[in-house]
Amino acid sequence: MQTPAPFEYERATSVEEAIAALRRVGPEARIIAGGHSLLPMMKLRLATPEHLIDINDLTELAYIREDDGEIRIGALTRHVDLERSELLARRFPLFADAEAVIADPVVRNRGTIGGSLCQADAAEDLSAVCSAVKAQVVIRGAEGERVVAMEDFHVGPYTTAVGAGEMLTEVRVPVRPGAGSAHEKVERRAGDWAIAAASAALWMDDGAIADAGVALGAVGMTTIHLARAEELLRGRAPSEELFAQAAAIASEDCSPRADGRGPVDYKRHLAGVLTHRALRRAAARTKGSG
Amino acid sequence: MNVSLTVNGEPVSADVEPRRLLVHFLRDDLGLTGTHWGCDTSNCGACVVLMDGRPVKSCTILTAMCEGHEIRTVESLEVEGRLDPVQQGFYERHALQCGFCTPGMLMTARALLDENPDPTEHEIRTAISGAICRCTGYKNIVSAVRWAAEHEAAVEQEA
Repeated sequence: MQTPAPFEYERATSVEEAIAALRRVGPEARIIAGGHSLLPMMKLRLATPEHLIDINDLTELAYIREDDGEIRIGALTRHVDLERSELLARRFPLFADAEAVIADPVVRNRGTIGGSLCQADAAEDLSAVCSAVKAQVVIRGAEGERVVAMEDFHVGPYTTAVGAGEMLTEVRVPVRPGAGSAHEKVERRAGDWAIAAASAALWMDDGAIADAGVALGAVGMTTIHLARAEELLRGRAPSEELFAQAAAIASEDCSPRADGRGPVDYKRHLAGVLTHRALRRAAARTKGSG
Repeated sequence: MNVSLTVNGEPVSADVEPRRLLVHFLRDDLGLTGTHWGCDTSNCGACVVLMDGRPVKSCTILTAMCEGHEIRTVESLEVEGRLDPVQQGFYERHALQCGFCTPGMLMTARALLDENPDPTEHEIRTAISGAICRCTGYKNIVSAVRWAAEHEAAVEQEA
């Protein structure tokens, strides 16, 4: 039987209270929301926090809305609500692409976007999604909020820019014209982690790619932001040849490790194929987008 | 710590350790052993119960997190000797062999039909993709859920 080590438990009734508790307890405190990353780690004793602060009552952190030219997603928004959001389906359909293949529907009823990003597992899909759409995350502490770009959010494996006494409260995605996006993933079976995953977003202007975002999951120590591929795509007209070049960069710039999900060569090849497919679908989706 | 929640319509108040997982609280503290404890890693789906109507894996939820919430287990399906249509469907279509996955499958199916009374085969397969059956190959489970959907639609029409 797997049982977590003993801990103290409290339920926060406001973000301020949760932050105050983090500061009061110190490094042994952890925020728990869906719990589908943290509890398995606690059961395996890979994590042994002495104090859990449950934020499931903070429904003010569960929302998806468009405000001031940005999509704003509260940290407590659950996977199921991201999957079903009409606003996200219209603005950034790669969220629904990814959500359909994150764990399974029962797990998606509990897990949250904040928890997924803060877990910072390199194989986690939403980190690649948020990286591709150039999201920013809002981190709140006792002194107020700071806004961090997705590319600066993941400091290392399982490590984020969220500091002591701070919590992630919101994800912001700027809405720009001519957008199209897609997420591609190959997994061994339903609910498994990705062998490789690729997220792509394109913003078109007058027939050319005004901006591009490409990121990979599961083929490195962290989510891989493909800056070189983005540079290549910017200012060019979309074409199969261009996307093949971007895919070649993806294969080169990833750093997969051989494991039960496949050898390095296969994963590099797959990263390229998925990048190509994601770009192709993202481009198709820019048509008709405002 | 004290936790108050509703289990199968009945208010329950108990003193539990914060680390008490919901599956063990249901089975060992309340004696509701219908909920099965399987992989312990939120993969197999044997421990699925409904929390406020939505299926969740009770091996990955703390009892403390259920304070003020409604939990529904497989024991609530049969009412006064009448099987729930999903139970009857599993019987009619021979959707179990060893029966270990069945409580989780039944609750997952119940939640699906509550939300979508006429699911396609694809929707059923997606809904139960978080539940593992090592006996049936799923075909009869999908057939059973369809049986339940059709049966419920027929009953509704008569009413």
